[in-house]
Amino acid sequence: MGAYILKRLLAAIPVILGITVIVFAIISLIPGDPATAILGSYATPENVEKLNRDLGLDKPLVQQYFIWLGNMLQGDFGRSFSLNRPVFDEVMERFGATLILAGTALVLCSILGVIAGVVSAARQYGFADKAITFVVLIGISIPSFFLGMMMILFFAVRLRLLPVSGMYAIYGGGDLPDLIRHLIMPATALAVVATGVVARLSRSAMLEVLRQDFIRTARAKGVGEGRVIWAHALKAAMVSIIPVIGVQAGFVLSGAVYIETVFQWPGVGRMLVNAILTRDILLVQGGVVIVAACYVLFNLAVDVAQSLLDPRVKT
Amino acid sequence: MTAAVSTAPTRKAASGTFLKLFARNRLAAAGGMILIAVVLIALLAPVLPLQDPYAQDLAQKFQRPFSPGHLLGTDHLGRDILSRLIWGTRLSLVVGVVASFGAAFFGSVIGIAAGYFGGRVDNWLMRAIDMLMAFPYILLALAIVAALGPGLVNALIAVSVVNIPFFARNIRGVTVSLAHKEFVDAARLTGQTDLGIMVSEILPNVLPVIVIAMSTTVGWMILETAGLSFLGLGSQPPVADLGSMLGEGRNALITDPHASIVPGLMIFVIVMSVNLVGDGIRDALDPRLRSGALTRPMARTVVDREAVPPAPEVPALLDVQDLRTEFRVGKRTLHALSGVTLQVRAGECVGLIGESGSGKSVTALSVMGLVASPPGVIAGGTVRYAGQEILGAPFARLRDLRGDRISYIFQDPLATLHPLYTIGDQIVEAICAHHPVPKAEARKRALDLLESVRMPNAASRIDNYPHQMSGGMRQRVGIAMALVNDPDLIIADEPTTALDVTVQAQILSLLDDLRRERNVAILFITHDFGVVAQLCDRIAVMYAGRIVETGPTGAILSDPAHPYTRRLIACVPELGGGRRELHAIPGLPPAVDDLPPGCAFAPRCDKAQPACRGGEIALDGFGETRAVRCLFPENADAEARA
Repeated sequence: MGAYILKRLLAAIPVILGITVIVFAIISLIPGDPATAILGSYATPENVEKLNRDLGLDKPLVQQYFIWLGNMLQGDFGRSFSLNRPVFDEVMERFGATLILAGTALVLCSILGVIAGVVSAARQYGFADKAITFVVLIGISIPSFFLGMMMILFFAVRLRLLPVSGMYAIYGGGDLPDLIRHLIMPATALAVVATGVVARLSRSAMLEVLRQDFIRTARAKGVGEGRVIWAHALKAAMVSIIPVIGVQAGFVLSGAVYIETVFQWPGVGRMLVNAILTRDILLVQGGVVIVAACYVLFNLAVDVAQSLLDPRVKT
Repeated sequence: MTAAVSTAPTRKAASGTFLKLFARNRLAAAGGMILIAVVLIALLAPVLPLQDPYAQDLAQKFQRPFSPGHLLGTDHLGRDILSRLIWGTRLSLVVGVVASFGAAFFGSVIGIAAGYFGGRVDNWLMRAIDMLMAFPYILLALAIVAALGPGLVNALIAVSVVNIPFFARNIRGVTVSLAHKEFVDAARLTGQTDLGIMVSEILPNVLPVIVIAMSTTVGWMILETAGLSFLGLGSQPPVADLGSMLGEGRNALITDPHASIVPGLMIFVIVMSVNLVGDGIRDALDPRLRSGALTRPMARTVVDREAVPPAPEVPALLDVQDLRTEFRVGKRTLHALSGVTLQVRAGECVGLIGESGSGKSVTALSVMGLVASPPGVIAGGTVRYAGQEILGAPFARLRDLRGDRISYIFQDPLATLHPLYTIGDQIVEAICAHHPVPKAEARKRALDLLESVRMPNAASRIDNYPHQMSGGMRQRVGIAMALVNDPDLIIADEPTTALDVTVQAQILSLLDDLRRERNVAILFITHDFGVVAQLCDRIAVMYAGRIVETGPTGAILSDPAHPYTRRLIACVPELGGGRRELHAIPGLPPAVDDLPPGCAFAPRCDKAQPACRGGEIALDGFGETRAVRCLFPENADAEARA
């Protein structure tokens, strides 16, 4: 198992390198002169030239890439000019908030989605199945940012149950219960679409598994129906559900960009949007690379989990 | 983007049924109608009597819906929301569709090239695609927007690029399967260029897949561009698509929610109707759904019978009487069993023999209600265990019998053992399902059993997974699992068919030893007379869902009474200096949804008379210990001898 993890880690290196190449290539597409973009149109030519030299933009592209890569490997992602602090510090701080939000949503969607899918499959064509299918259809069709806004209107403004936005209360907040109160709405809004997708795929994975011969064997042994569904069938179905959850992680992370904007959550998604609007290119670059690299590592963890579950996977 | 695209059947004839299936799906039809309505309104926007979507009137800002002159109210600049909504919908639809076409075009070019050329081209292209897929999609979209700058066209480009990998992968998959088909080779031989072949031969065949992939992603792309606009990265004021309307409305969410709710609901309606249509298309194209194969079998077979036949005068261990099992698929009913009567006495080994499709496995599975249901239904007859009716018994009672008094050995032990549990756990579970014994004790019993079925290295094998064993070993596990609660009856459904001949012989002799040691009765289902001769006391021959002949093994083998039995025995090759001629039976077994009246074997029988096709033929006594369902049994003087 250790060797397998190491092998996967090594295989992740070229992927992460590829990510840096793509990000660099995209950012280099910027039409016009980045220094002018940063300094504004009233900048003097001398200042533009100086900034270009400072940023290393006068060198050939390939050289620029390797300088950038080398700096990143030393933990230097540059300095955000709009926030006037190191990109790395800013991204890591914001990424923590995003992980809390996206992680909660991912856990929610995995648990609820799998339960809904299993119940739906076990009661195929029954009332529970139809009800779940209907709710799931609505869930996967609602734009998460719209759902978030409606939740604010209903739970925060009308019922006054939960705070409107933010991660902590400004006065007297900062403890865990405060965080949870702030987390409930954004995490739920973020989880809804993913829950629907997981539920749908769990349902079809379960239907597929329940037709297998080994389920008939379990029944022929006299194993109770609860165990047949929740142990035998679900365990086999998890083999195809886990990769789906891995894919959903990417979707949840993506959805977090909207949800963070709606709920004023101080996460990396909102940071990126603001960075784009203020043309803070280094912050965009660093943020995208760091988050994408973490996502690659997360997918690796999903593969390892998969191999732990399924002894047939060659490790 | 998670939706897998199935290969579409390209036959023209299927399109009629496709439309019918699609229309029958009421939800999909409703979604389609809503979508058409939305698209029509968006198309008609220029000719509809709408107000100027850009006309500001600050005195009229945030009018509520249904206020005079503004059906849906006004926004923060006093602009008419209805007008902006329809123009915004138009814009969102156009952007989503264009993005979809863009992704489809570039994705297909990459996919077709990779799939057609294969080798290094394929490798490099797919590596690059994988690299793009390593991003959470929005990061890539954000990076592109960051580079190009906010704006609707740039958002469109970003969403389109992000979706290219999905198309490329799907199209490549289909192209790979086509690249070496005969018609492509033929085109190559005629000297067509690669480009020509890709356009004239490959493209028409992958087009359906492209269309399906577009139908499943267009809703997604509308949503994503709306999302980017919502963040302020898409359409810029004063032009508004649905997303930026929602984003602008958000600033006054609490005081004037209608400016957000109206565009939000519109996005919801569009995405939902596209989803419904997409689901409908997929369901209608998926042939498995059509045959009802994607239904899951329930815990027991549905019993739908009118009367229960009275118990026989002399009850045996297992009494199957007039059993009728059907498969109800759509409007068709397949009569798998049309009245099977069978007895197994304590300690006896009965062979049930017949060709595939004769109903022998269905008989075996019907006994404990294990026929997959739906579509299986037990439509008549009864099964009694020790005089007690099973089919109508409560499920708890049935479950008590399953694996405890009556256990099963199935054909393919790789498919019938759970792949993710060790074999030890699976045997232990069979014990614990019926007896509340401690885990350790159950495990010890499992180990003893593995040894008694002559599992080599049982002590270490017990922690193996099924895929780590050979077929013979797996079947030993299956046998151990069947024996674990000392059952009275084992139903063995072709337990040796999937094994090679030497292993088959070992397993048979093992079964024979075990049944004598433990005095357990066996109902042995097989298509192989050699196996029957080795193991069984009595045999029952099945044809088209009926028993056509029963009797002691020796008598039937030496003197078959039914013409079918005779022909079946003639099919068995003899070893050594066989003098018998080998004869295949001409024709095929009849389809069980359309059985001829009278003898089902008559169409293939060389002795058939008009009377054979007349009406029901009873299973009549033939001598004292035998019975045959034939008007003109073979060798009538055998009756005298029997």
